[in-house]
This record gives sequence, structure tokens and C-alpha cells, in this order.
Amino acid sequence: MDVLSPPEIEALLLSLKVSAVGVGCALPFATLAAAALARSRFPGKSLIDAALHMPLVLPPVVVGYLLLLVFGTRAPVGAWLLEHAGLRFVFSWTGAALASGLITFPFQVRAIRLAIGAIDSGLGEAAETLGAGRTDRLVNLILPLALPGIVTGAITAFAASLGEFGAIITFVSNIPGETRTLPLAIYSALQAPGGEVEAARLSVMSIALALAGITLSEVVDRRARHLVGQ
Amino acid sequence: MSIDIEVRHAFGDFALHANFQVGAGLTAMFGPSGSGKTTTINAIAGLLRPEYGRIVLNGRTVFDSNAGIFVPSRDRRVAYVFQEARLFPHMTVETNLRFGWRRAPSRLTEPEIHRIVELLGLESLLARRPRNLSGGERSRVALGRALLSSPEILLLDEPLAALDAARKAEILPYLEHLRDSVRLPILYVSHSLEEVSRLADQVVVMQRGRSVASGTVFDVLTDLALPDVTGAAPYGTVFDAEIRDHHAADGITILDFAGGILVVPLLSRPIGMRLRVRVAAEDVMLAIEEPVQISANNILAGSITDIRTTERHADVRLLCGQTPFVARITRASRERLSLAAGMRVFAIVKSVTVAPQIDPLGR
Repeated sequence: MDVLSPPEIEALLLSLKVSAVGVGCALPFATLAAAALARSRFPGKSLIDAALHMPLVLPPVVVGYLLLLVFGTRAPVGAWLLEHAGLRFVFSWTGAALASGLITFPFQVRAIRLAIGAIDSGLGEAAETLGAGRTDRLVNLILPLALPGIVTGAITAFAASLGEFGAIITFVSNIPGETRTLPLAIYSALQAPGGEVEAARLSVMSIALALAGITLSEVVDRRARHLVGQ
Repeated sequence: MSIDIEVRHAFGDFALHANFQVGAGLTAMFGPSGSGKTTTINAIAGLLRPEYGRIVLNGRTVFDSNAGIFVPSRDRRVAYVFQEARLFPHMTVETNLRFGWRRAPSRLTEPEIHRIVELLGLESLLARRPRNLSGGERSRVALGRALLSSPEILLLDEPLAALDAARKAEILPYLEHLRDSVRLPILYVSHSLEEVSRLADQVVVMQRGRSVASGTVFDVLTDLALPDVTGAAPYGTVFDAEIRDHHAADGITILDFAGGILVVPLLSRPIGMRLRVRVAAEDVMLAIEEPVQISANNILAGSITDIRTTERHADVRLLCGQTPFVARITRASRERLSLAAGMRVFAIVKSVTVAPQIDPLGR
């Protein structure tokens, strides 16, 4: 009873892998997007800002459907990736990671953008008079000072990504060992007769993971702030 | 070694028109808050791109609106010490200090770095983080960070404004030392005439976005139009002097200056030392004939160059040798003596009023 069954362990490890890869791959893009939104002015900025926040308000099923339209094996991008890079998202855990990363992208952008926006712009001016160019300032000043926001953004996104259901089941289906993450495993357990106990065990695990994620982000945020001198 | 600037810039209802040329040494940019001082040095530093004009630093054109030249801040070799220090909070003092040094096209050597660290008394702070520093320490680190970047020009925006009197007293000697030991043009923004009179070689006066006067500190501080900017009484006479002799038995010291000699109460400083002297306008008396049998030790012959009358006073500017003096007298005295520009007069300065105004310059 207190030991998880092999399929449950499989679902747990898969969930962790999918979220880690999805959020990890999205992080650099989220950071750049946040830096651009926080520090630059360019035409169409509010449009891009709105587009980046779409996953937050769209039904996840719609996101999954759109992913199918773009990355399906017969869709233009999907076909090209399969032919040239041997990369297939559909029915694969990488597709689940893509969906998770995309859905939680706004979480990361918002947290990092807030952190960058809170940095005193006078520090950038000081760095510039001391000979630091744009990239130099981004790498040596903005990113280190935004570190608390970057880390908390990533951890929050990771915790939220563990719960992703709609986009994953729509885009990559519910394949045990490949795309059946925790929420999908809970759903499957409830669909099977007598699966309530398994569903309950998996749910408790999900709650524990979410709590751990939130707590960890608080702790890491405090440590990171101290580290960057705040 | 020069700064040559002529720029115009407007934002909202504020219009900047800065136009002045200054050479080596320390130039104070003086004016009330909102007069355009910081805007002007932001333009010199390249943090602001003015609408019109040109800026030439040490013979290099860094901005020219007609020719479309705008050298970005990072390539101007201008070190800027901001009012709030702006140290990088995630770096130690040492990393802060070396930030500009690492990016400089020509780097100071380790002994040169050590000399600046020592000059500013930073040795014991190197491993600390900015949040653990006092206000005075932060100012010193910011100054060191600027100097280590091997700048061609040093801009200081009220580096003392955020400090209390004790911290100011701690930093001022460093600034004086810096002015005399580092061969850099320094532009020093200040709204304190005390700082200006103590530190500056040259002064640019800003008012409502315009540079209204510029010249040597001695000329500008005795300019009778200055009270229009300060809204206060004339600042008085400031000049550099050298200790010629001490007469301990009589309790006096004799100073040499461009306008002659000045007798002051006995100083405990070595002969030959340079000093800056201030004589308040209220402490100068005027006479048409050379007075005799008078207690005052200093009777200086000069000629009147300018007179300004206010509601109660007449401010008289005269030249004693090369040194301009200002005397503030009543309008009644001016009428009684029929004072006018061009007249020969005698300025009488009581020694005891001079002594407290002396600051050691250490030059």
C-alpha cells in the first residue's frame, strides 16, 4: 500500500522528466522575452506581450489542438522536423514536454520580467559609462540581479507544469510509459473499475509535489536574493 | 584637456541651453536644483542625446547633431560618479572597483590600482558587499571604480549631497587630494557654494537650463550677478594665497596673494604652504583716502569695476592687483562717498575676520 506500483513510479518519473525538460528548454526563451519586454521598446510590443500570455487564458485543449496543427507529422513544421532532424513530437514524451513548457511559459516570463523591471535602471547607466555594452550589461548585470526572479519563475512553472493535462492528452495522447504523466495516470485510474485507491495515492503525491515546489521556490528566492546583495 | 559644449535640448516645459568651455583642473557646475546641471553632465556622459549642438571632449568630437555624430557612453572614456553611488549590489567592493578597469582600452597597472585604493582608504573594504557599507564608504568606492576605468574626464554629480556633515568632512580631503594628484579634468556638480569655493578652479553657473556664467572661481564668485542665481548675499572674495612668514610675537601670519599681502591671525602651518582664503563681503570696508591710525591690518588699494544696488545694500566689486574683492556696504555709504565704477578706493579687511575662512588646500 505504502509502496508505489511500477506504473505509478513510471508516471511520477515521467512527469518529473517532462516538466524538467519542458521548463528547462523554455527558460532561456522566457528570459530573453522577459528582458526584451522589460527593457526595450519596439513596434508590436504589446501584441507580442499579449501573444506570450495566451497560454494562460486559452483552454489547454485548444493549445494541444494548435500544437497538433503545427507539429503533427503531416503538418508543415512537424513534417520538416521529422524529415530533417528526426524529431517527432506526436505520441512522444518530448511532445508532452513541449506542451508543458508552452503552457507554463507565461509564468516564467511574468516572474522574470517583474524581477528585471525592479532593477534600478541607474545601475545600467553606471555600467554603460564604465564601458559595458548591451550584451555585457545583460549578462553581467541584468541576469545576475534578476536571478531570484528567474529561479522562482522556473520553479513555479515546474510545479504548475506537473499538473498539465488538457494540452498533453490532446497533443500526444495518453500512452503509458511515454506520455502518461501523473494527471493522466490519475484520470486513467478513475476511468478503470476499482482504480479509486490508485487515483487517491497519485493525487496525494501530486499535492505533496506541488507543496514542495512552492516551498522550494520561497526558500530559493530568499537565498538568491541574499546572494545578489538584496 | 578640455570640455567644449554647446547643446540645446527640450523636454516638457524645460529647455536646456548649455554653452561653455572649460580646461584642466576642477570645474564646478553650480546652480539651484532644476537648473539643468545633471542634464548637462548626462549629455557629456552620453546618457542623454541632446536635440542640437556639439560636445568636444579633449579635442574629440563625441556629439555633433549636424554631422550625425553620437559616440555611445561606453566609448567616451568618461567616468561618472552618481549622486547615489550606484554600486552593483551583487558584486563585492573589489569586483565593483574592477568593473570599469576590466573594460578599459588601456588598463592601470596593479601598483597604480593599489595607489588609488590606498588614496581612497578602501583596503579594508575590498571583500565587502555594497549593502554593508556606510554612505561615505559607498561614495569612496564609486569614486575608486570611476578612477580605475582610466577615464579621460571625471564627472561628479553632487557626490556629497547624500551625506551628512561628518561624512562630507570624511570625503572632502579625498576629493582635494584627487584634484591635485590625478591629472584629469573634473566636472563637479554642486549646489553648495561652500564646496565650490573650497574645491573649484573654474565655475560654470547654471540657471533655469542655461549656463549664465563661467570663468575662474575667483571671478565667478565675485560676480555681482551671482546673487540673482543664489537668491542670497554675495558670496564674498575667494583667492589662493601662500604663507610668507609668521610673526609669533605679534600673533600674526603674513600671506602672499596676487593682490598683495594679507595679515591674518597666527596660523600653525608651515611657511610656503598654499591656502585658499575667503573674505565675506560684509567684512570689507571701503575708504576713499588711505586710512591712518586704524586697527585693521589690511588696507588694499584697488579700483571699482562694478556696483550693484539692492533695496538696502550696495555691492561693490573692486580689483586689488589681479584679485577681485567684493564689499557690501549700505546705500547711504555709497551716496556719501559718491562711489562709482573706475574710482580708486582702499579696501579695509580686519585680520580677525579672515582667519576662520582659511582651508588648507594641500597643493
